[in-house]
Amino acid sequence: MRKYSTIPIALALIIAGALAGCGGESNGEPGEVATLSVNGSTTVTPIMQRVAEVYEAADLEVSGTGSGDGITALIDGRTDVAMASRKMKDKEKEDAAAKGVKPVEVVIARDGIAIVVHPSNVVSDLTLEQVKDIYLGKITNWKAVGGPDLTIVPVTRDSSSGTFEVFEELVMDKEPIVPGAVTQNSNGTVRTAVAGSEGAVGYVGLGYVDKSIKALAIDGTVPSNDTVNNGSYKIARDLNLYYPEGASQAVLDLVKFVLSKDGQKIVADEGFIPL
Amino acid sequence: MARFTSETVVKPLLGFLALLSLVFLAGILVILLTESGPFFGEYNPIEFFTGTQWYPTLETQNAAGDWVANPRFGLLPLLTASLQVTLLALAIALPLSLGAAIFLAEIAPPVLREIIKPLIELLAGIPSVVFGFIGMVLVAPFIKDLFAIPIGLNGLSASIVLAFMAFPTITSLAEDAISAVPRDLKEASLAMGANRWETTSRVMLPAARSGIYSAVILGFGRVIGETMTVLMVAGGGAALTLNPLSPLRPMTATIALEMGEAVQGGPHYHALFALALLLLVITLAFNLLAERIRGGRRESLK
Repeated sequence: MRKYSTIPIALALIIAGALAGCGGESNGEPGEVATLSVNGSTTVTPIMQRVAEVYEAADLEVSGTGSGDGITALIDGRTDVAMASRKMKDKEKEDAAAKGVKPVEVVIARDGIAIVVHPSNVVSDLTLEQVKDIYLGKITNWKAVGGPDLTIVPVTRDSSSGTFEVFEELVMDKEPIVPGAVTQNSNGTVRTAVAGSEGAVGYVGLGYVDKSIKALAIDGTVPSNDTVNNGSYKIARDLNLYYPEGASQAVLDLVKFVLSKDGQKIVADEGFIPL
Repeated sequence: MARFTSETVVKPLLGFLALLSLVFLAGILVILLTESGPFFGEYNPIEFFTGTQWYPTLETQNAAGDWVANPRFGLLPLLTASLQVTLLALAIALPLSLGAAIFLAEIAPPVLREIIKPLIELLAGIPSVVFGFIGMVLVAPFIKDLFAIPIGLNGLSASIVLAFMAFPTITSLAEDAISAVPRDLKEASLAMGANRWETTSRVMLPAARSGIYSAVILGFGRVIGETMTVLMVAGGGAALTLNPLSPLRPMTATIALEMGEAVQGGPHYHALFALALLLLVITLAFNLLAERIRGGRRESLK
C-alpha cells in the first residue's frame, strides 16, 4: 500500500519558503534610457504627464494616486519621484528617517484650490467661514447663502489626497468634514461629480477648472494666477516633487528640466502658476 | 520510457499544483492576521466594531496645543454600506436571475438556449471597471433624474450595477440546479395533471432549492467583494445611514481609496488590514455555507 508521494508536498513547501523570502524588489539596471517612476498627487499629474511626452533623457511612468500615496511610495522605495500637492507631514518625515530615506523637496509650481459649483448655481461668492460651515454640515441648503432652494451636496477627496489635506488645513482648520460627503478619488472625478449635480460644491486644483464647473470668489477674491501669486487668494499651496537624497543623475536631470524655462512653460500651459 | 515518465512525473506534479493553491490561501490568511493583529492592540476593538466615524487622518489639539494624530476607525458605516449595497443588489438580481434561469431550463427551445447562455456568460466576463464607468455616466444621472435627488452617486446606483454583475453568476448556477432536478419528478407532476407553471413553481423550484440558495450565496460573495464598481459609483460617503439614495462607502472601496496612502506599519495600515480580514471572513463563511447547503441537499433528492 503506497503512501501518497511526498514529492509534491516537498515542492510546495520549497515554493512557500521562496515566496516568504521574497521581500522588496530592487530596481533593474537602466538601459540606454532610464525609466523613472513618478507617483503621487493627481493635481501634479497633468504637469508630469506633459513633461513625460517631451522629455527625452528618460522614460517616465507617471501615475496619479494621491499625494499621500506618492510620499508613502517614496518612503517605501517603490517610486523614484513623488508628486505632492502639499508638504510632507512630520509623521511622514519620521517614517522616512526610520527607513533611512532622506527626501529632498523641490517646489515646482504654485496652485490655488478653487471652490467650484455647478455652472447653473447663481451663487458666485462665499466667505471662507461659509465654505467651512457647508463642509461641517452646518449649512445644508443653498438658500442660506443667497442661492436657490436646493440641498447642498458637498464633494470631497479621500484622505490620500494632497488637495484634501490643504483644504483641511486652510479651510477647515483641521476639523472633520461631515461624514456623508460624497468622496471621490481624484481632481477629475470631483469635477465630474460637481458638473453633474446642480446642488454640488467641491474643491479642485485651479488647473482643473474648466467650462463644466464654476469657480467661486472667496472673501471677495476670485482665484487666478495673479491673486494666488500676490497672496490675496488665501487657499493656495506649493506643488512639490520629492526625491530621495542620493538619487540617480537621471532624477536630478528630470528635476532640473521641470524647473527650467521649458518645464515651467508646461506648468503654465496646464493652468498652474510657474515660479 | 514515456509511460514511466508520465506516470512518475505527472501525478506528483498535479498534486503539487493542487497544494500550491492551499499554500497561497494559507499565505493570504497569515499575512492578513499578522498585519491586522497589531491594530487590535493599538486601537480599542470595541470602538472599531461599534464606532460610527471613519477619520483615518484626523488630528486634534492636545493639552499643550500641539496637533497630534487622533484617528477614528469606526467600521459601522463601512460595514452597513457593504451589506446594504449587497442586499439591495441581490434583491434586484434575484427576480431577474430566477426568471432567466427558469426560462433557460424549462421554457426556451434548445436553439435559443444555446444562444442566450453564452451571452449571459459574456456579461460575466466584462471587467468591473467598465461596469463602474457605465454606472457613473449612465446609471447615476438616470437615478438622479428619476428620484429628483441632488446627486446620482449613491447606494442605489451602485446596487443596480452590482445586480448586473451578480446576474450571470446566479443565473448560471440556478439554471444548473433546476436542470439537475431528476426528470421523473417533473414527469410525475405533469402526469398528475399539474400544468407547466404549477410543475415549475411547486415541484421543480423547491427541488432545486439548495442549488438556488447556493447560487444566491455565491452571488452575495461576488458582490460584497466588488471594489471598482462601488468605488466609482457608490459616492464614497462615510456616514452611517440606511438610506440607499445617499452616498455610501463600502469596505472594499475604503481599502482601495486609502491603502496607497497608509504608511506601512502605521495604525491606518493595520486598520485597513483589519477591514480586509473581516471581508475575507465574511466571504469565506458564505462560501462554506454555500458548499454545505449544496452538498447536504443533494443527498435528500435521491
